Amino acid sequence: MTRLDLTCFPWAKTLLRSRWPQFLLRAITLAGFVFTILAGLFGSVVGSHNFAIIFVWIAWWTALKLFFIPFGGRSWCSICPIPMPGEWLQHGGILQPRGKGIGLDRRWPHFLKGSWLQAGGFLLVGLFGAVTLTSASVTAVVLLAIIVLALVLSLVFERRSFCNYLCPIGGFTGLYAQAGPVEVRVKDADVCAGHSEKTCYSACPWGQYPLALKSSANCGLCMECLRVCPTDNIAVNLRPWGSDLGPKTKHRLDEAFLGLVMLASALVDSAVFLGPWGQLKSAAYAIGSLPWLLFAGVFLVAALGVLPGLYAAAAWAAGRLGPSKTTLQNALAHYSQVLVPLGLMAWIAFTISFAFTKFSYVLAVVSDPLGWGWNLIGMSGTAWVGQATSFSLLLQIVLLAVGLFWASRVARRITESARPAMPLIAFSGIFSLGMLWLLIG
Amino acid sequence: MVSQPPNNTAKEHWKHWRWTFLFAVSALLILFAPLPLPGAAPADRHIRIEASMFQFTPGELKINPGDRVTVELVSTDVVHGFSLDGYNFELKADPGQTATGIFVADKAGDFRFRCSVACGNLHPFMIGKLRVGPNFLLARGIGLGLLAVIVALWPLRKPSTHRLRSRP
Repeated sequence: MTRLDLTCFPWAKTLLRSRWPQFLLRAITLAGFVFTILAGLFGSVVGSHNFAIIFVWIAWWTALKLFFIPFGGRSWCSICPIPMPGEWLQHGGILQPRGKGIGLDRRWPHFLKGSWLQAGGFLLVGLFGAVTLTSASVTAVVLLAIIVLALVLSLVFERRSFCNYLCPIGGFTGLYAQAGPVEVRVKDADVCAGHSEKTCYSACPWGQYPLALKSSANCGLCMECLRVCPTDNIAVNLRPWGSDLGPKTKHRLDEAFLGLVMLASALVDSAVFLGPWGQLKSAAYAIGSLPWLLFAGVFLVAALGVLPGLYAAAAWAAGRLGPSKTTLQNALAHYSQVLVPLGLMAWIAFTISFAFTKFSYVLAVVSDPLGWGWNLIGMSGTAWVGQATSFSLLLQIVLLAVGLFWASRVARRITESARPAMPLIAFSGIFSLGMLWLLIG
Repeated sequence: MVSQPPNNTAKEHWKHWRWTFLFAVSALLILFAPLPLPGAAPADRHIRIEASMFQFTPGELKINPGDRVTVELVSTDVVHGFSLDGYNFELKADPGQTATGIFVADKAGDFRFRCSVACGNLHPFMIGKLRVGPNFLLARGIGLGLLAVIVALWPLRKPSTHRLRSRP
């Protein structure tokens, strides 16, 4: 398939190899992160007037789904501030390559590897989302807890264990980065085979060996391999969307679970935040009450029972109808690729509906970030109630249709014929119909 | 090098792109083709909506195109607003008070209405739904989804066509 290696352009190579541009971006995001925590703790309790709520859940969350992932895969991870303090301690310096710093450098327990904990984290986001997304102080406490947890884990475990195994956003971006148009790969495999020191693996904060990279799910695009490679053998490719999805790529059961949790979360968030059911919103908000327990029960049944059940039935049928018989576990893992474009486009459609109506709040909170009556750029009074336009509704329909097309195309490619693809397409169709009804119906 | 006659080149292009063209036209038709509205006679309607944190009751309303609608907004706790997407229609009701306004439903489709006065943490998500006539958008979405599946499976059709042609 066609690839465009960005390191062929001298200016791009210089930018990517130097640690300074990335450090400057990360310093800005770290400053924004600290300010967000402070705004959440000391700013207005009215969410729509607080920088923490608007910037985290409208500006950043929207940018992640509409820009970073679709056009850059895990590019957000390359400038994420959360692992920075821990990494500085691990590396023994701010601009140092991976080396001898502070920390026990232990291996992450084998039984906790994979995306299981990330999926669990995303379930928690869904269960407590109505409060986290609307309360500035809760958002601040969650962000503070996350950065402290990342710091503590980096002192105990090697490399970016928090990002690799715990961060729910890392799970989200990693899953959908497989559909993204950016990858880090080696230029010539023979050159790597002849290089015994494996400096790229030693330097990688993610614990990846570029020669073995077949998927972009676990590559955080930090560019450390590019910087330390003595033979200039690392390529940063622009590639067609969905390049990691195909009949020959390997996928695990935990990816299927993560993909299903993402689908369930998209459905539940659409129902809670965009639906006309006030009692559902109140139930999701009243944590610990009987209505909330009912909401949590229904959410967990949908995320862990109904959706996985439907998917398992589709994967089982696809396996039975295919030319080569396979175990259910292998079928669940292999066919999970279908969940990637389906979920990505569903989240983008959800975001369009959410962000288009609320985006006017962004400039208003830049003008008055703490809700204290400031007017720094003269736009504090510009926020308005917002409304869905016929364009945004049509755009959501098109996005969901693209998701269904893409998922069906992946199903066709990985099953290599129409019959075994049909159960997977039927599953994708049912999910898309559910999203369509929640967003448009 | 022998250049192809322009007629042949055009034919080749048409052969190559005809299905893409057909699918694109079908998608545009599904999305934008005008559909006939049912001929229900416009009527005067009176709708009472109770607003409380964080819901409208009823949350879903159905009316016919052309209806003249009187909305009576009653707030049962704090100050609430009522802003209807697609229409320049807004009300604001103080606690325990009623606000009334009239609009003519001259646009068909599904429209969200939202609370327009900050009323608490879930205020941005205090949403209701007004349906004016049938929901053609949902039907268009289903149609486009079916087309998407057909397009995705279309390449599988080619080998069988070739096989049929190659038979003696």
